[in-house]
Amino acid sequence: MANVAESGLLPPPAGARLGWRAAAARRLLGARRPPPLLLALGLVVAVAAALPALYLVVVVASDGALAADAVLASRSLHLVVRSLGLAAAVTAGAIAIAVPLAWLTVRSDLPGRRAWATLATLPLVIPSYIGAYVFLTVLRPKGLLQDLLGPLGIQELPPIYGFAGAWLVLTLFTYPLVLIPLRAALRRLDPSLEEAARVMGRSPLSVFRTVVLPQLAPAIGAGSVLVALYVLSDFGAVAILQFDSFTREIYIAFQAAQRTEAAALGMVLVLVMLVLFAVHARVRGARSLHRASPGTQRPPAPVRLGRWRWPALGLCGGLVAITLVMPIGVLLYWASKDLAGGLDAATILGESTNSLLAAAAAAGAAGVAAVIVAVLAVRFPGYATRAIERVGYAGYALPGIVVALALVFFGTRVALPLYQTLAMLAFALTIHYLPLAVGPVGSALMQVPPRLEEAARGLGRTPIQVFRTITRPLVTSGVLAGAALVFLHAMKELPATLLLAPIGFDTLATDIYRQTTTGFFEAAAIPALILLLIAAPPLYLLNVKGVSSS
Amino acid sequence: MSIRAVRSTALAAIAVVLVPVLAACGGDEADLTMYSGRIQPLIGPAIDLYEKSADKTVKVRYGDSPSLAATLVEEGKNSRADLFYAQDAGSLDAIEKAGNLERLPADILEQVPERFRSRDGRWIGITGRSRVIAYGPKVKTSELPDSPLDLVKPKWRGRVGWAPMNASLQGYITALRLVEGEDVARKWLEGMVANETRVFDSNVPIRDAIAKGELDLGLINHYYVAEAQAEDPAYPVKVHFPKEDLGSLINVAGVGVLASSEHKAEAIAFVRTMLGRPAQQYFADSSKEYPLAAGVKPSKELTPLDEIPSPKVDLANLGDLKGTLELMRETGAL
Repeated sequence: MANVAESGLLPPPAGARLGWRAAAARRLLGARRPPPLLLALGLVVAVAAALPALYLVVVVASDGALAADAVLASRSLHLVVRSLGLAAAVTAGAIAIAVPLAWLTVRSDLPGRRAWATLATLPLVIPSYIGAYVFLTVLRPKGLLQDLLGPLGIQELPPIYGFAGAWLVLTLFTYPLVLIPLRAALRRLDPSLEEAARVMGRSPLSVFRTVVLPQLAPAIGAGSVLVALYVLSDFGAVAILQFDSFTREIYIAFQAAQRTEAAALGMVLVLVMLVLFAVHARVRGARSLHRASPGTQRPPAPVRLGRWRWPALGLCGGLVAITLVMPIGVLLYWASKDLAGGLDAATILGESTNSLLAAAAAAGAAGVAAVIVAVLAVRFPGYATRAIERVGYAGYALPGIVVALALVFFGTRVALPLYQTLAMLAFALTIHYLPLAVGPVGSALMQVPPRLEEAARGLGRTPIQVFRTITRPLVTSGVLAGAALVFLHAMKELPATLLLAPIGFDTLATDIYRQTTTGFFEAAAIPALILLLIAAPPLYLLNVKGVSSS
Repeated sequence: MSIRAVRSTALAAIAVVLVPVLAACGGDEADLTMYSGRIQPLIGPAIDLYEKSADKTVKVRYGDSPSLAATLVEEGKNSRADLFYAQDAGSLDAIEKAGNLERLPADILEQVPERFRSRDGRWIGITGRSRVIAYGPKVKTSELPDSPLDLVKPKWRGRVGWAPMNASLQGYITALRLVEGEDVARKWLEGMVANETRVFDSNVPIRDAIAKGELDLGLINHYYVAEAQAEDPAYPVKVHFPKEDLGSLINVAGVGVLASSEHKAEAIAFVRTMLGRPAQQYFADSSKEYPLAAGVKPSKELTPLDEIPSPKVDLANLGDLKGTLELMRETGAL
């Protein structure tokens, strides 16, 4: 009888031991098989996102011995450790800022909390090289701050070069990557769980630690991975602040036309990324994170801060003063010096339009791709779907120049008619920033109970109908948050834009680049300010929208 | 967000992607396409000279020279570029090594001294810039060292800035290795590191740090200071041309014609225009670079070109650059 069942003549009874073939398929695709169309779309996204890593493999394969030498040099190892140290410190700093800020702006009665939330996410729009330069201008040993303090007898400030400066600047400009998914997660949190814990006699702090924080872990984890990978792949800020990082080594190799060595070092970044995922997977685990109570989601009653509102306001105000008011102040000061020569409004308008076009196209495409990847990874967990999700991070973990050159390589060989068109630029930006969208969508999806979807399926809806009527409305805030993150990053992206945009397609970021390479940071102030102006409305809408929809 | 809003956003996104693609297929092609590692404010007026005299149009992709060189290598024969105008010889050499530079006609090559062009005649220097020691107001002219090798002395501890990632400094170290020997170069690098020479990512921030009084000396190229002086005549940084040990070594910015180009005749005509008197005069006046052709005199505050010792070595040779990078890594300079 068993033989007959295994030979396929009879279907195996439910619960029976599976044949090896079925067992392997189960491990690969998970207990629930994804719909074939969805899986096919997921594979398309994964292949696209894997192009930068694939390019590295092709280059490294051309001279394996040379590549191995570059990787095994003791210096490479030393720099990996240094960069990882910076990434860990920045991530810790970003979490320390984001958790209280998220709680204050979502769960408390902090005055003006929506405005604070918007202001607190805005630093993300400031390109890290501009941020680093502004901090340098103010805090350098003989900078603007020393000018102010000079009359008090302070001749020179301690140097901000090296680890401390890089840590400060990267923390202050990346913490929104944790804050945004964290706020979204907090808004979706089911208050009944906390209320139950409170009824059973737990203190508010204990409830936060044992009930709220574990629920927020996926969002914190997703944001932390983004921060850590951002730090690992950043070049602008670390170069300006004179921190010896691993990406610097990659750039040195590229500058010296050592293509194979550069690619080999890029592969190391991909490996580091995979290790980070192993850590992240432990944090995320396979817990149940969706709401316990039936019915519509309801907002929790805001916690009254009472007299604590003053220190809370001080915290928010201080942060905004450092991350936003100071940089904008310096930019305005530079702009006022530069404006003496008149403003070329038509040029600025054209650059703004181009920036908007490329970033909007990338954000839209990344939003769609992120839903595909996240639904596969969250609803149909298995090796294959997890692989699809993780491959997506490769383009993000690699420096922009690698992503750009990968698309130059494949673009000229496979898609020549599209090469250096806006479509290819948008494609590059999409795969470069896809994980920024996957994270929030995945976190949102994890908080939607699958039972709702299963019930709808049971009532005869098709999978597509279920997605449209149940899943999508519930994850919209996650998709919007993800698309907004991609939009903001795409606006300020530089290496891929320089190499892949159509000729003459000037953007605000390329304008900033043009000015800063000659050292005219003053002239870069106006495009940088306009970058901020364009980014503010979507961020505000996102924050307001998120609150009203919960 | 309503379903309608999502749908219209998606449609807008698709339109945004498709319209330029279709437009690109329609084609309003320029006569020449150039990749330029030199920025528009510097090179734009010289391009105008060609466009006006030849009645042609030039499309330019701007970027930094090494990135554009890497792009041209990846593009290979499918490149749409006709010309590559690079800020440094090494970037041009990378394309030459990749086999995608066309040999230039002899009448063009003859216009520029041999040491400022490719041995194989596949790229040619248009302008030169000198390595200098930039100095701030705290340094007396009598104190200025005659050789960069003197910067390892205790007197200069912590007072000097350099940019080890910069191609020009790497070119200097290559020349030092090849002319004065590996040992001299190694001792100098070790001495510079031990003397707490401050590391910057490029030349401009060194100049700015000197202007702020955070540094006293910097190893940079002469024209960065000329630029700042043009903006502000009272700029506190000055340049010194060291006489010894290749201290005023010349690096070139040059141009090459892509072998894969379908507009080689126009591209070669462009190179001719860059070497002509009006363009050379423009470079000498605006960026204070050394004009390399047409008998145009450099700006008078510069040391005349023939007084600057120049090594009989191929500074563009990337094989030599590799040795330089290794030495710099071994000594902790990189």
